[in-house]
Amino acid sequence: MAKVHEPHVAHAPQSFIRRYIFSTDHKVIGIQYYVTAMLTGVVAGILAMLVRLNLAWPAHEWPLLGKLFPVGMEFGVMKPEFYISLFTMHGTLMVFFVLSLAPVSGFGNFLIPLQIGARDMAYPFLNALSYWTVLPGVIIMLSSFFAEGGAAAAGWTSYAPLSAVQEAIPGSGMGQTLWIIGMVFFIASFTMGGLNFVTTIINLRTKGMSMRRLPLTVWALFLVAILGLLAFPALTAAAVMLLFDRHFGTSFFLPAGMYVGDKLLAHQGGTPLLWQHLFWFLGHPEVYILMLPAMGFTSDIIATFSRRPIFSYPVMVLSMVAIGGLSFVVWGHHMFLSGMSPYLGMAFTVTTLVIAIPSAVKTFNWLATLWRAKIEFTAPMLFALGIVSLFVTGGLSGIFLGSAAADIPLHDTYFVVAHFHFIMAGASLFGVFAATYYWFPKMFGRMMNSKLGKLHFWLTFVAYYSTFFPMHYLGIGGMMRRIYDPTVYQYLAPMQPVNVFITLSAFVLGAAQLLFLFNFFWSVYKGKKAEQNPWNANTLEWTAASPPPHGNWEGPLPTVHRWPYDYSVPDVSDDYIPQSVSPAEVQARKKG
Amino acid sequence: MEVLTKEKAKLERGGVDFDKGSGGLGGEGGGSPEGALPIHTGEIGLWALLATITMLFAGFTSAYVVRRASSDWQPIAVPSLLWFNTALLLSSSVTLEVARSFLKRWRLEALKGWLVVTALLGMAFIAGQLLAWRQLAAQGVYLPTSPHSSFFFVLTGVHAVHLLGGVLALCYALVQAWRFHYTPVHHDPLALCATYWHFVDGLWIYLFLMLFVW
Ligand code: HEM
Ligand SMILES: [Cu+2]
Repeated sequence: MAKVHEPHVAHAPQSFIRRYIFSTDHKVIGIQYYVTAMLTGVVAGILAMLVRLNLAWPAHEWPLLGKLFPVGMEFGVMKPEFYISLFTMHGTLMVFFVLSLAPVSGFGNFLIPLQIGARDMAYPFLNALSYWTVLPGVIIMLSSFFAEGGAAAAGWTSYAPLSAVQEAIPGSGMGQTLWIIGMVFFIASFTMGGLNFVTTIINLRTKGMSMRRLPLTVWALFLVAILGLLAFPALTAAAVMLLFDRHFGTSFFLPAGMYVGDKLLAHQGGTPLLWQHLFWFLGHPEVYILMLPAMGFTSDIIATFSRRPIFSYPVMVLSMVAIGGLSFVVWGHHMFLSGMSPYLGMAFTVTTLVIAIPSAVKTFNWLATLWRAKIEFTAPMLFALGIVSLFVTGGLSGIFLGSAAADIPLHDTYFVVAHFHFIMAGASLFGVFAATYYWFPKMFGRMMNSKLGKLHFWLTFVAYYSTFFPMHYLGIGGMMRRIYDPTVYQYLAPMQPVNVFITLSAFVLGAAQLLFLFNFFWSVYKGKKAEQNPWNANTLEWTAASPPPHGNWEGPLPTVHRWPYDYSVPDVSDDYIPQSVSPAEVQARKKG
Repeated sequence: MEVLTKEKAKLERGGVDFDKGSGGLGGEGGGSPEGALPIHTGEIGLWALLATITMLFAGFTSAYVVRRASSDWQPIAVPSLLWFNTALLLSSSVTLEVARSFLKRWRLEALKGWLVVTALLGMAFIAGQLLAWRQLAAQGVYLPTSPHSSFFFVLTGVHAVHLLGGVLALCYALVQAWRFHYTPVHHDPLALCATYWHFVDGLWIYLFLMLFVW
């Protein structure tokens, strides 16, 4: 609130540092966020590969890896505590530092001003500050692997008491402390971003850009910002109390009678369940923070490449609002087995299943948009269709999990892992890819290679399904998640070949991403020069140069005359009418 | 004269005329005929900030409600200093309003004086809270002594951090006053600052009631 407004000068700052490093330009900041998320994603992906390696061949000896990880894999055998740190950090980094940062902070910053017709965000200084706040967070998280005892090891959900007792396991020491501090940096940054998004979208729309004419991407980002502002504080409060329990002897989450080794801990009276409630009050909205941007991107990309207006725009907006609102009252579905009154469980079952309605509405609206359209199967379109597929697959398993009775055998098994990798991880990862292929020309002024892009899609899509779909069977078969060595249980041993298959698919999936990385960095320098509007799309960013200059539009800001989905309007010569085209110009373009 | 200052203020705020070099800060309310909102950018950001702070304390409150129900709950006595601190903080809200009334009457010297008084009262409150902590410690009540004392120390601490933010904002408003950045119509930093200050003040009353009256 200190910076009420930053006087914004139209000419770009000259020095390299002000321009590309400590820039306040929303496009530079968006790209900084994006690249940070991408590099973090590479690390988080490698962690997943290590997790999968151990699940296929538990406790096998890999001499070479032993050299790389002298502590975690002494003599080449993965230690169980290292395994726990690996999946904890994989989850944490992916959920918060990759799939929240890339679509929301990355594309959000880049796209919002361009799509609403503003020259920058409302608080450019705060915006830069938010990036320079999250970066230390990333560094702290990553460096925790080198802390004594290794990185945090209580899962991405950090349930107490495991996370609250310093001596519990090696990762509960310094690693967990760094985890909490890293998260605090992340939340601070995300909050600054959220304030900026909300203010910008409410107040900086150009002339004619009413809320009813906003592209669905902007609507999604608007709702995401609100969800973030209202949900993250619960985790902040919980994190503060966790720190005090860990370091100052309080008993918020720690009950009486806990032993570490033979030592009785002095804590008493706390309730570990309290952590779960606070965490999931954030946690469930957070999963929608990942999902909603993907929904927005898909809607815009599907409309562009099917050359069709999006089916039922108001319903699309309302269903996102409904999903956002409902996401605050379903958190209990993560806790059906944590000791919950069955009546409360029933209430959470109902609210959870109600979410399926707006979700289904969105799916059918996408399908209706595609119905009988002449679809152009470009790389971004393929990924957008992939999102729809993953969303349906993951949504259906969600309905099983959402019914308390069905969740009892499925909770904390690989069925849940399958569910959230389809819907949260998959859909939002595909969202990032779709958005990258689609907006890359605007970001860098060059096209990505489309053949490589399509190959990347097919490899990723097939490998994604073959990695995660079999997990449903493992889960129904009773394989619990977070387990180091399933073969120690006799009843799980016969399913081990499935685990080997999944691991091999996961390696293909990982390798396929190298195609993307290559395509990305190669195209930044060597890609074909992009035109201003390579996809013949309607939204405002395509009326700016590729890439847009500082201030986004050379001349005056565009004025908006219509919604963003005027594709294939009858009797008009082009099959698209950008938002900035006035009715008079349309008259002139009428056929005949 | 009046009209002129109004026009000038409009330009400084970005104005409706968004192409006159004020960057994206233009188009207040989007300029869309139906959806125009006459709200200043800072105001939206501030209210969003207050919403997230409210949720933070709602989170603490729910934890408090849950924890209070457990069997080992033992209330601690109100440190007597808290009554005095509360009076300090409440009077700071009054002095802030007095300061603002001088702005309306265009008496800048008085404005600055009362702003300084307000900031000092805020700092005095924080110092008072620290003394209250000492008072409790002297009675043998420390952070981990009982769940009630844990909540007392944590919540007063988190509140003090937010008040410190208010003091910084107040200093910013003061600097703006020094630099003659205000006009009778353009004084947003001060207005925003006041909203925040009263909010944090009200927050303290809420916490006080929750901790010691409920
Ligand atoms: C039809 C809508 C959905 C329903 C009914 C549903 C239901 C559920 C339920 C009941 C669980 C808990 C399972 C358990 O632990 O036993 C769960 C877990 C999960 N869901 Fe969903 N879900 C839905 C959509 C989504 C969406 C859209 C996302 C994210 C984009 C998502 C992400 C997750 C994640 C990350 C978990 C696992 C959290 C963990 O324990 O680590 N879900 N879902
Ligand atoms: Cu959930």
